Amino acid sequence: MMRKTLLATAALGLGLAFGGTASAQALDKAKACFIYVGPKNDGGWSQYHHEAVEKMQAHYGDKVEVQYQESVPEGADAERVMSQMALSGCNIIFATSFGFMDATNNVAGKFPNVKFEHATGYKREHANVSTYNARFYEGRAVTATIGGLMTKSNKLGYIGSYPIPEVIMGINAVYLAAKKVNPEVELSVVWAFSWFDPAKEADAAKALIDQGVDVIFSHTDSTAPLIEAQKAGNVTGFGQAADMPEFGPYPRVSSIIDDWAPYYIERVGAVLEGKWEQSDRWDGIASGEVKIGEFSSAVPDDVKAKAQEVMDGIVAGTLHPFTGPLNKQDGTQFLKEGETISDADLAGMMFYVEGIKGDIPK
Amino acid sequence: MNLSAIDFWILTASLIVASTPILLAGLGELVVERAGVLNLGVEGMMITGAIAGFATAVHSGSPLIGFAGGAAAGAAMSLIFAVLTQYLLANQMATGLALTLFGLGFSALVGQGYVGAKPPMMGKLDLGPLSDIPGFGVAFFRHDLMVYLSFAAVVAIWYFLSRTRAGLVLRAVGENHDAAHALGYKVVRIRILAIMFGGAMAGLGGAYLSLIRVPLWTEGMTSGAGWIAVALVVFASWKPGRLLLGAWIFGGITVLQLNLQVAGVQIPTEYLSMSPYLITILVLVVMSAMGGRKAKGAPGALGRSFHATH
Amino acid sequence: MIRLEKRPTPSRTWVAVTPVLAVLLTMIAGGLMFWALGKNPFEAIRTIFWDPLFNEQFAAYSRPQLLVKAGPLILIAIGLSLGFRAGIWNIGAEGQYIMGAIAGAAVGLYFYPEPGWHIFPLMVAAGLVGGMLWGLIPGLLKVWFGTNEILVSLLLVYVAESLLAAMAIGKMKNPDGGGFPGSRNFAKYEASANPELIAGTGMHLGVVTAFIAVIAAYVLLQRHMLGYNIRLTGQAPRAARFSGVSPAALVLICMGASGALAGMAGLFEVTGPGGQISIDFASGYGFTAVIVALLGRLNPIGILLAGLLLALTYIGGELAQFMLSLPKASIQAFQGMLLFFLLALDLLSNYRIRLARREVAR
Repeated sequence: MMRKTLLATAALGLGLAFGGTASAQALDKAKACFIYVGPKNDGGWSQYHHEAVEKMQAHYGDKVEVQYQESVPEGADAERVMSQMALSGCNIIFATSFGFMDATNNVAGKFPNVKFEHATGYKREHANVSTYNARFYEGRAVTATIGGLMTKSNKLGYIGSYPIPEVIMGINAVYLAAKKVNPEVELSVVWAFSWFDPAKEADAAKALIDQGVDVIFSHTDSTAPLIEAQKAGNVTGFGQAADMPEFGPYPRVSSIIDDWAPYYIERVGAVLEGKWEQSDRWDGIASGEVKIGEFSSAVPDDVKAKAQEVMDGIVAGTLHPFTGPLNKQDGTQFLKEGETISDADLAGMMFYVEGIKGDIPK
Repeated sequence: MNLSAIDFWILTASLIVASTPILLAGLGELVVERAGVLNLGVEGMMITGAIAGFATAVHSGSPLIGFAGGAAAGAAMSLIFAVLTQYLLANQMATGLALTLFGLGFSALVGQGYVGAKPPMMGKLDLGPLSDIPGFGVAFFRHDLMVYLSFAAVVAIWYFLSRTRAGLVLRAVGENHDAAHALGYKVVRIRILAIMFGGAMAGLGGAYLSLIRVPLWTEGMTSGAGWIAVALVVFASWKPGRLLLGAWIFGGITVLQLNLQVAGVQIPTEYLSMSPYLITILVLVVMSAMGGRKAKGAPGALGRSFHATH
Repeated sequence: MIRLEKRPTPSRTWVAVTPVLAVLLTMIAGGLMFWALGKNPFEAIRTIFWDPLFNEQFAAYSRPQLLVKAGPLILIAIGLSLGFRAGIWNIGAEGQYIMGAIAGAAVGLYFYPEPGWHIFPLMVAAGLVGGMLWGLIPGLLKVWFGTNEILVSLLLVYVAESLLAAMAIGKMKNPDGGGFPGSRNFAKYEASANPELIAGTGMHLGVVTAFIAVIAAYVLLQRHMLGYNIRLTGQAPRAARFSGVSPAALVLICMGASGALAGMAGLFEVTGPGGQISIDFASGYGFTAVIVALLGRLNPIGILLAGLLLALTYIGGELAQFMLSLPKASIQAFQGMLLFFLLALDLLSNYRIRLARREVAR
């Protein structure tokens, strides 16, 4: 009781102290609202946004009130949900799926005093809209190093969701990193045309395994591919979006984890302090948005060392997964020796790099 | 392109597993429709069976008890439909659609605690030397118990419908309920039993999905399998044998297209996935065009409410 | 022994009382469910049924949204009700809705980025024709071969859904959309936009059309020969045939008209609230409309009210989700219960319940 009062007084004092210096819009309490495209316990994308939200909430305690809505269909419904959130007094609204892009910008135009944050999009039509994304391809370069060294059949498989730049850069990153440590590798790509359809993901994994693939990367959200790998017994896989430790030490030998918590804490904090500004953020392993799950005991020590080396290089900025010389699939030169890819090229990547077989579906 | 990477027998084995959920649910719906009832709530009953089967298996540690739980839950769900349509004479199509809506919501609600849980695995049935037959053995004799039970169900339902008196009565009720009633058959009672059988089979199909095919629980995991089962019954022109064939085509098309993708063949996925439905319409048209009272296709009283006036 | 006796005409009293009774029963059953979930049942029920209409914070926004949500449901259901009355069961409105949207979108994309007042009317016409043709397929097959229209119209929904996905990731994909699935945004292309006619009212052309359809259907059924023929065919098919009604013509008229209205609903949605052709564009309006038509007892006024009631549960459900953190699943289950009660109590308007002694077999 005593401590609480003390803390409250301290907070009040701080508030007063800042009140004079910081922006006049600083808030004592903020309301942060989130919309998810899937259920908050989908085991992948939406769940990891939700967990970050809970971490953010725990970080700020009573100062931040959180509201969220799950399984919001993209389109008209998203627009209504966000409008109602704005009306209910949300100070900042996070729209956590690409498909909410137009809806976010439309609502932002109507509520200039509310801040909007759109994940993975590129449209910022109003001053109160920011976008944010994570450099998952950095994580894929690390896991692909492990996969490239651990494969026995030299056949790698990639389960893609939709042929969009985000996924294609992941495919390219995996191929390049694996090829670097094992020139013999081949990569087969299967498109599920869904972000989340466990039965189809399982079928896709099975099709890969049936044709001799023994390392599977997935760009869909469920754990179904890991379950298929487990059934097969000699197939390596990775946690996607989540750590998925329950499948360790084998088939899950490592994972790429989305951690949006640092970003959410920072942005909600900016709203509290009245210092929120429009931005376009694309962070990776170095700032903690992308985390690499523990290398399991099934990974040989030399492979671990190699993967760690790649990861350290990315964190230090000495290694970029897309560094020249690099040709496109058709053999035309894309990056010259030593040149690294620009963010703009990366964000619009719609081609395979040289060596990947097959075509991107149109 | 490397088609040689596709092993025909392994592909067949995958296809059988992928088609088992819709085969089970389709067999149930076939019996329901033969009794003259159109239950569009298969998706809702399937997903309920999926979570109930998953939950009972997790708690009991036995996949078999899980399947029983899935079937029981599917049947219980279908009872709502039965009471509404048979006693309260509600419209079958609307009730079926409402059942799907309710089932999807209800299962997601009940299943919240089971996301991420691991069900006990069901082993493959040991068929000894049979499974060592090259090719054929790989495709057909390396499956779990439920696959063989689903095959047995095809035969049993065929036998029941075409060779037993009870099956004859059920079909009579489905063709013309007024006439069947006039002959003294209990139309409502027979239909309720058929509906519950349909529910149980849909529940089994759902449980197969969450216990064997995937196996995990997430909400909405049936993602349309129940609707495919409804289409499948039409494709099969209400005959169990053809239903098996149809299940392999409908279930197999996804597996096939994924395998072709892995082998590097470019295929227009979406156009391929609509083809079974177009074939089904064609089958339906041919059947009805062949004329004749017998070949009319759909059971005569399909979808109509029955109320005894005397 | 309880016995049902069919009323010669539905009871007017019960027709009015049963929906109210059903809503009350749903409130009780749903309240119990919310209570079991650890929420205050009174608060939840109030948020769903009261807040969208009368809450000071939201109502000004939510009330117009009711129209936006109910518009397509009513428009489709009116079309369906004509056929349902004549015993012609088109349950594939979802497919016709999609095809209307695709056909209209094709016209809009053809003209993009030209300006011109003629573009939108052409799109509406295309939507109407697209939906009508898709509805006529089961109609013609029924007339020519006696094929069951319930099954064909249902099967065509799957075909339309696949076609929608193919369009969203293929032919109609926005070339400036960064490779993401989905067409250009029609709401942002002036010549093809279907905006609110008066800002803040929710009234877009689709809603206006829905109201016109309600009135037209009412007049048609009460005053017009076609309406009389439709009703007669439903009640006494043989008598209708003797009085010169052509069953084939009636099938084609009903399937075509319901398809046309569903197609228009799709077009108004894709150019207005929906904004673009996307994979999840079809949000089940076509199926929900089947329920709306039957809940409205195939009566135009009844359909209007049923559409608004269902829209209320959607909008109120959304509010309850983020205000009270109720899971989306519980709202779905709640709507399912409401439908069950409405369908079950319908019995009371059509049948008299008699308590009688068991009759001795004669």
